[in-house]
Amino acid sequence: MSEIANTIFSPELAARFDHLVTIYPLRRSALVPMLLYAQDEIGYVSDAVITEIAERIGILELDVRNVLSYYSMLRTKPAGKYNVQVCTNISCMLRGGYDILNHCKSKLGIGHKETTKDGVFSLEEVECIGACCWAPAMQVNYDFHDNLTTAKVDEILETYRAGQGKDVK
Amino acid sequence: MPTLVSHPDEVKVLSRRFGQGAADIEKYIELDGYKAVQQALAQGPEKMPGWIIDVMKASGLRGRGGAGFPTGLKWSFVPKQSEKPKYVLVNGDESEPGTCKDHMLFREDPHGVIEGTMIAGLAIGSKLGFIYLRGEYRYLLKIVEKAVADAYAKGFLGKNIFGSGVDFDIITQTGAGAYEVGEESALMESLEGKRGVPRIKPPFPAVVGLYGGPTVINNAETIASAPPILLMGGEAYAKLGSERNGGTRLFGISGHVERPGIYELPMGYNLKRAIYEVAGGIKDGKKLKAVVPGGSSCPVLLPEEIDIGLDFDQMGKAGTMLGSGGIVVLDETVSIVEFALRVMSFYQHESCGWCIPCREGTDWLKKTLTRVHAGGGVKKDVDGIQYLAENMLGRTFCPLGDAAAMPTLGFIKKFRKEFEDYIEGHKAGTPILTVEQLVGAH
Repeated sequence: MSEIANTIFSPELAARFDHLVTIYPLRRSALVPMLLYAQDEIGYVSDAVITEIAERIGILELDVRNVLSYYSMLRTKPAGKYNVQVCTNISCMLRGGYDILNHCKSKLGIGHKETTKDGVFSLEEVECIGACCWAPAMQVNYDFHDNLTTAKVDEILETYRAGQGKDVK
Repeated sequence: MPTLVSHPDEVKVLSRRFGQGAADIEKYIELDGYKAVQQALAQGPEKMPGWIIDVMKASGLRGRGGAGFPTGLKWSFVPKQSEKPKYVLVNGDESEPGTCKDHMLFREDPHGVIEGTMIAGLAIGSKLGFIYLRGEYRYLLKIVEKAVADAYAKGFLGKNIFGSGVDFDIITQTGAGAYEVGEESALMESLEGKRGVPRIKPPFPAVVGLYGGPTVINNAETIASAPPILLMGGEAYAKLGSERNGGTRLFGISGHVERPGIYELPMGYNLKRAIYEVAGGIKDGKKLKAVVPGGSSCPVLLPEEIDIGLDFDQMGKAGTMLGSGGIVVLDETVSIVEFALRVMSFYQHESCGWCIPCREGTDWLKKTLTRVHAGGGVKKDVDGIQYLAENMLGRTFCPLGDAAAMPTLGFIKKFRKEFEDYIEGHKAGTPILTVEQLVGAH
């Protein structure tokens, strides 16, 4: 039984949150991880997510929104099932990061922070993801793909479209 | 997947277990794992903290996050007696463009980070450590979480570790996307469930840190250096490096080189050799134009300036920084105007907005560089960029303002003519757009 009646989260995530708020010296330390884990399950940080997380931690919804707006991975609108994040920061840029980004744009027919009509893919140009020595690189949700070429990107996108892509959560 | 590379000049201290499956606790133990922490505990409760700190001081290890502060000294600043609990905080919020060494470290040797965290805890008398990874590193967080769970299962963490009577716990934490959180005080704010804005210093974290308690915060690589240092002895480790720069370091060489990768080289190793020998030289036989020696915040070096040792002091003398060890190599085809704009776009995006000189400075630098890049620049823009960047230096709570200003000043100083020629060359026929048209709403 979750500590919150009528929780919007799956029983597993609710149980995880019940535990998470207890492990820190300060309950509020669970806030950033909870927002991210909630987003992983719900798809985005919805108003209902904000309400429940505020209640679980015992802070105002305003406090949650204040923190939420700071972190670039957290979003308040749905993204595609597979969020393609192409790095164009310096190391990737030098090895064709922008070609990869432009290829994704034309292949998917969408721009930065847009989602395909079927909801399968969304695209983001992101800052350094920590794969500089294996550039150019991108992440699809949490999975890293590196040493990219446009041909390799096509393969990767096809794999995800076919529902066979890896999806770490 | 990130590929492992190797070169005969490497001295593998931190990376000696890379590629050997040491994320598995049994393998880690087989390869001398958890020996250093037991060696520390064997000193006995009275002698142990001082013994660890003395070894760390003798090692000459300096912070691998970028600032290069002596680690042993940092640990010694934590008061012995404290009413509030003390904490160890491992900074794995690796976000400096050009830097991916901790990525490899967490993947290949997570127990090294855990054991280092325990050693830091024993040195300062802390019972709780945090390992904070950036949100993008989810697969690495899973690896670290499993490693922590395995260490608990063995009784290496938790109550009465190794039967010593000492308790030590580790909590892993994920961020959610913010470069600024890599700054130590902003990381503490984030870990306390707040926006990652920096705190004013003093007081320093060693006195008032996480939850107001005395805190040691170190980069993941610094922390992972502790176990091998205890095992080989401080002096032996110091000898591997150069004067006042002990040991080895994970250098990430990226950009226009033939064999990019993470290489563990002795401190003081020649930069030119690192690029031409270790990383195989400039990609496709092109000419070298410039080197960013330690992550995007470090002022750029020209080809004639790279015959220099990779340590904190020699890089400082050359007017740049060793930074995070992320060496980014630029060949002759790179437009410095475009590169400078990309660097500034990053800092403008990542400025947390807390300090006005950084928030406004990065924004106006981005706008001006965008206009110059689009062909609408005027000659005085070059001086304007310099003036703005100079006035950001030292005027913010945290070093992000400096991190944006310093490389910009480097580009202007060393490539002024390229900026001026670019502006001159794009004059004819280029419509002058307003900054709003160029930058758009953000």
